[in-house]
Amino acid sequence: MDVNMGNVLGLVFANMHDTTLGDMTKNRTMGSVMFGGRYRLIDFPLSNMVNSGISEVGVITKSNYQSLLDHLGSAREWDLARKKGGLFILPPFGNVESTLYRGRIEALYGAMSFIKNSRAKYVVLSDCDVVTNIDYKPIVAQHIESGADITAVAHTGVYSSEDIKTSTVFNVDENGTVTSVLINPDLSGTCTTSLNMFVMSKDFLIDTIRDAMSRGNVSFERNVLQEKCRELKIKVFEYGNYFSKLNSPSSYFKANMELLEPANAQKLFVPKRSIYTKVSDNAPAKYDLDCTVKNSLIADGCIIEGEVENSVLFRGVKVGKGAKVKNCILMQGTSVGDNAELNYLITDKNVTICDNHILTSSPQYPMYVGKGASV
Amino acid sequence: MFNKKECVAMLLAGGQGSRLYALTQNVAKPAVPFGAKYRIIDFPLSNCINSGIDTVGVLTQYQPLVLNEYIGNGQPWDLDRIHGGVHVLPPYQTASGADWYTGTANAIYQNIGFVDRYDPEYVIVLSGDHIYKMDYNKMLTYHKEKNADATIAVLDVPKEEASRFGIMITDEDDNIIDFEEKPKNPRSTLASMGIYIFTWKKLKAYLIANEEDKEATKDFGKNIIPDMREAGEKLVAYRFDGYWKDVGTIDSLWEANMDLINPNIPIDLYDASWKIYSRNPVMPPQSIGKNAQIQNSMVTEGCVIDGSVEFSMISDGVTVEEGAEIYDSILMPGAVVKKGAKVEYAIVGENSVIGENSQIGAKPETIEDKDSWGVAVVGNNLTVAPESVVAPKAIIYENI
Repeated sequence: MDVNMGNVLGLVFANMHDTTLGDMTKNRTMGSVMFGGRYRLIDFPLSNMVNSGISEVGVITKSNYQSLLDHLGSAREWDLARKKGGLFILPPFGNVESTLYRGRIEALYGAMSFIKNSRAKYVVLSDCDVVTNIDYKPIVAQHIESGADITAVAHTGVYSSEDIKTSTVFNVDENGTVTSVLINPDLSGTCTTSLNMFVMSKDFLIDTIRDAMSRGNVSFERNVLQEKCRELKIKVFEYGNYFSKLNSPSSYFKANMELLEPANAQKLFVPKRSIYTKVSDNAPAKYDLDCTVKNSLIADGCIIEGEVENSVLFRGVKVGKGAKVKNCILMQGTSVGDNAELNYLITDKNVTICDNHILTSSPQYPMYVGKGASV
Repeated sequence: MFNKKECVAMLLAGGQGSRLYALTQNVAKPAVPFGAKYRIIDFPLSNCINSGIDTVGVLTQYQPLVLNEYIGNGQPWDLDRIHGGVHVLPPYQTASGADWYTGTANAIYQNIGFVDRYDPEYVIVLSGDHIYKMDYNKMLTYHKEKNADATIAVLDVPKEEASRFGIMITDEDDNIIDFEEKPKNPRSTLASMGIYIFTWKKLKAYLIANEEDKEATKDFGKNIIPDMREAGEKLVAYRFDGYWKDVGTIDSLWEANMDLINPNIPIDLYDASWKIYSRNPVMPPQSIGKNAQIQNSMVTEGCVIDGSVEFSMISDGVTVEEGAEIYDSILMPGAVVKKGAKVEYAIVGENSVIGENSQIGAKPETIEDKDSWGVAVVGNNLTVAPESVVAPKAIIYENI
């Protein structure tokens, strides 16, 4: 089926799941959390939408969005600086009724005039907690063909209770129709979990928001998916490609480390379906005379004089002489002093580790050092 | 909306760069990749914007496709402006006919109309084949202080190298009193860097006069500067003491790349106050594999390295497979070096594939006849079959 993706509006929720990544989202949105050496989480849904042919995208945000605005700028890097369509940033709209939203419904209500003004027929909604390279075109096609009210992107697999307790789980019949919905259940084993991406028609979305607001309902998951599961036709799109869901600091660590495996990196960074991000004009990475670097992702602007293994280094990280960096995620501008030793450490932006310091942690609970800290 | 510009830059980017042989078969010299993530033209363009010059005409003629696409609207260099910005200026047709650019002076002559649109006091003429970081604004201030008609940037070079350059002979106040082109016995060690600032009114008059002289070669060095000196205009030398290198030959291109990883050579790409900008290739971070060994090298986005890399410059999207060895070499964007291949003292062009167990180039110490040694070059978009051998100094134009 040939789908006209010019007819589709994208909506990205930058703040959903802010609490799941702990201190990392203390001063920034989920969407502006750094990932994979040179990206922020919002780069993935935005690039996926653009690569799927969507050229009108609204980013819904509620708080701590300074870093997000700085990152997105005019959205030129995502090819979304357009005369027709392009990127719209939708912070809370200041009036008495809608202040800081409490749930997805209120967030959408705040963006109502934007949604209504769009000439799109269908809407793709996505959060920033799933890192993947997904094509929305077949999902919109399935949605239209099936005549569903809502199509939810989901994955069926074996999950631990740790993963499930922050997920929405669908019970699905043989036709892919959702029969019941469980939210954050205490389960483990084979489940169909929501990837927090949905497709619906614009008119259906508007009616749903209005109806929910009139009843004082704020949660899309609880008050729409769960409560109206029987009366609505909710279909699942089973997604089989590579993805990482970030629902805890340790899943964040694991998702970054998985990219060291070339097979995984190749599934996320697909040629001709590039992941776009803000350009920062760094010089190439410099590997010095006595350095050793193995099994790592290194971004431009890094200067490496010491030893780096099984690690992800963001742009402009410096590793001093004799330093040993193992199993670490070092974000933009981190500076590791001479002879320092780091193991299982996540450093936020512009952290300084002084000479000769030794910091060791464990894979289950990698130590996190906050933005700008000096250790 | 019209803003007068004090100084407009004219960047000569039309030359063929024939001494880069296979590397400029389908690309103009200023668009040749350099320093892992740059192209040569990034240096003068970044110098312009860092010096506060926001209006640049780029004169193109030879194989402009890649260069035009690269420059685009000038946004990567912050040169997308409502008034001014970067403009690509190819030769064009007029009511009286059409001409190619017949020389450096003729190229500017044909674009007098472009310069006049900005009504500048001064014009700075730049080349598209030099690697350096320079504040043109300091040179402009010097030009004004000296009340000069033309200022030529010069570099004090070692005496034994002076015969490779255009040499300026100056008096004690650095007024240029004479010059010699590649002299056997140089009378001075001040070499012209190919960077000129002119008072526009003066330059315009000399360009028009030179154009009327049918015998003239329409060249800055051969005509305009000598004409100005003979007429008694004030020509001064501006001494520059930073790093500067002409990358017009295979050897100098290779050396300039290697200079970037030599800690004793004063060109710093990591200085945040004078960034060199380039068009971003949109690629993931570099992936360094379990078997990789990298030392004293620069590597950029999109590379997948699982072999050995030493003293080399690795551009975006390059693959070095397990067991491949790269020494003292330049791999241009998209190059692939397969398992077991060895690349030494060589330049591998864009998107070329070096087959398994091939040997490209060799270390100088392995060759007895020193004259037969040199940097080996594999051109762009070529395939080198497995087990092939490319001798030092060889230049490969076709698949082997």
